[in-house]
Amino acid sequence: MVWLLILIPLGFGLAAALVSSNRWRPWLVTAGGLAHLVWTGWSLFGGLKPALAGWLALDPPGRIVLGLVSVLFAVCSLYAPGYLAERRERSNRVFCACLLGMLSMMTLVILSQHLGLLWVAVEATTLAAAPLLYFNHTPRSLEATWKYLLIGSVGIALALLGTFFMAYAGLGAGEEPTLLFGDLAVLAPRLSTPWLHAAFVLLLVGYGTKMGLAPMHTWKPDAYGEAPGIAGALLSGGVTSCAFLAILRLYRICRNTSEAAFASHALILMGLLSMAVAAVFVIRQRDFKRMLAYSSVEHMGVLALGTGLGGLALAGALLHVITNGITKGVMFLAAGNIHRSYGSKWTEDVQGAIRRLPWSGSLFLAGFLMVTGSPPGGPFRSLFGILQGALQGGHTAIAISFLVLLAVVFIGMGTTVLRVVQGAPALSPDPAGSREKACLVVPILLLAGLSLWLGIYLPAPVEQWLQGAADFLEVVPS
Amino acid sequence: MQTWVDAVLVLVLLLNFMALSAGRLRTLIRAVTVQGVLLGLLLALARGKWELTVLVMAGATVILKGMVIPRMLFHAVREVVIHRETEPVFGLMASMLLGASGTVMALLFSGTLPVVHGNIGSLVAPAALSTVLAGFLILMTRREAIAQVVGYLILENGVFVFGLLLMEAIPFLIELGVLLDLFVAIFVMGIIIHKISREYSSVSTRMLSELKE
Repeated sequence: MVWLLILIPLGFGLAAALVSSNRWRPWLVTAGGLAHLVWTGWSLFGGLKPALAGWLALDPPGRIVLGLVSVLFAVCSLYAPGYLAERRERSNRVFCACLLGMLSMMTLVILSQHLGLLWVAVEATTLAAAPLLYFNHTPRSLEATWKYLLIGSVGIALALLGTFFMAYAGLGAGEEPTLLFGDLAVLAPRLSTPWLHAAFVLLLVGYGTKMGLAPMHTWKPDAYGEAPGIAGALLSGGVTSCAFLAILRLYRICRNTSEAAFASHALILMGLLSMAVAAVFVIRQRDFKRMLAYSSVEHMGVLALGTGLGGLALAGALLHVITNGITKGVMFLAAGNIHRSYGSKWTEDVQGAIRRLPWSGSLFLAGFLMVTGSPPGGPFRSLFGILQGALQGGHTAIAISFLVLLAVVFIGMGTTVLRVVQGAPALSPDPAGSREKACLVVPILLLAGLSLWLGIYLPAPVEQWLQGAADFLEVVPS
Repeated sequence: MQTWVDAVLVLVLLLNFMALSAGRLRTLIRAVTVQGVLLGLLLALARGKWELTVLVMAGATVILKGMVIPRMLFHAVREVVIHRETEPVFGLMASMLLGASGTVMALLFSGTLPVVHGNIGSLVAPAALSTVLAGFLILMTRREAIAQVVGYLILENGVFVFGLLLMEAIPFLIELGVLLDLFVAIFVMGIIIHKISREYSSVSTRMLSELKE
């Protein structure tokens, strides 16, 4: 039942909107997240029948993103009750309902095999995310939300124009007009090339904005800087991965046409540009949450680059969706704990986190090491795969710039992260604030363990799904 | 019908210029109101036949884009805005010139795109693209939050115009465009409810620049 994957979180979201107890409501998020995880596991191992005349189905790349989103959300949902208990002063009705609504809409993005339906779902994730960013109700969070909505809405409008272009490109191609990804990929050689070209550019810009690729990344530092850690984790690991999935499906359509080379080059260029922008801005970043935003820009660039290179690099990029998403969860949640304890996210005020918050501080450090590609973390394996793909494809210059940019980001992030975790903590006015609760640490430990596990040993089913997705994207359908 | 469609499209283009040259918020909102009504008219004209579904869609467009949204915008101007100018980043003349070059570029670019289907007119694609560009220009170069929302509305109208080409083949796609209006509604409600002016002393997004890199 494809429908249940979308309806389970939606139902829990509605329930969360109706429950009046501020104390018990967050547990609905946990229940919804775990129910979604169970049903996702069932679908991944048991398979799903398409519904709605093929509009809703689970394709091979969708499996990967669905698995990631469901696991990430489930862990975040374990973190949510503990986090919201610390924020008793504020009603969490909208926050909980929007968290679950966002999960439901992310699932709809993943399952949509129709370009129009996918667009509706992406718009819905944008709208559901806005109240999460505004949770703190400060002037700065209002500004961040405004920017996020304004830039996001332009991206969404351009993606709709791209969808129209794609539809128009296909009008003469088949018997019936169609916007199903599978049909479009088969019809691709007969699509009108100039329209397909324009559609690709518009859709790449539109969904690239949602993904946060440079130069359309400008909403990210503000949004991630002001969002609660849990919202940052879900945006950087979930929503951006869903937007990447849209680009992957677009890429598959182009693979089969004369646009293939252009599509690859555009993705490589945007990928390197995103990494370069991140490298420039991450250096001397005094705000450790904004630093995470630039790290996210960097890794979205890595995904685009890997996809553009194709072959082994594409397989690496698909694995990187999972490893980056999970490791970003570690970093955002740990950063949230540190932020809350110190009441500041500036490195001037935040020092000695590892002494004041031994668990969160260490996890923040571990997350940094893993996300920048240190072995044996999960991202090491996927980044290495992309590098291997670049070298095997004979793109030596790209491989070298990739390594240099990774190194620059490592150094830039390292300076900020070490300043946060090392040193002696400033005199704490509130020693109670430095006690760590298990419910706020164990979920992060789970994610960190998962990332490490994927780095050391890739389970056979995951490997199969990755291989299946890479084949699905690379092999030209006919 | 063809000539009527083209005539209305020319009006839509002229309204882009009226919006680009508007110094006062009210003028800007009026321009986008008339454009909204024209879009409804276009929908009815482009179909060529008077069918009930088309008339309903056209009527809904006129009500939404020509009445509901403008009313919300005027309300926002009355309630919140202290400065009633659009606060352009550079002169209005310059944005007119940029808009004009955008229109020329749109014409040249759509010349390279073949007509694949239907015969609604060769003006639809260039009109759509130049309206998108004009909207984008207003969005980028006005500091006033409401002016930015109107810019977004014009951008959206451009996307809507392009939908005319698909109306016969995939009619429901046009209806998706309505979902973009959700953003407009949320922006305006955000301005009114959160009283951005109270927090920043003006809705000008210049004040919303505490978070700068």
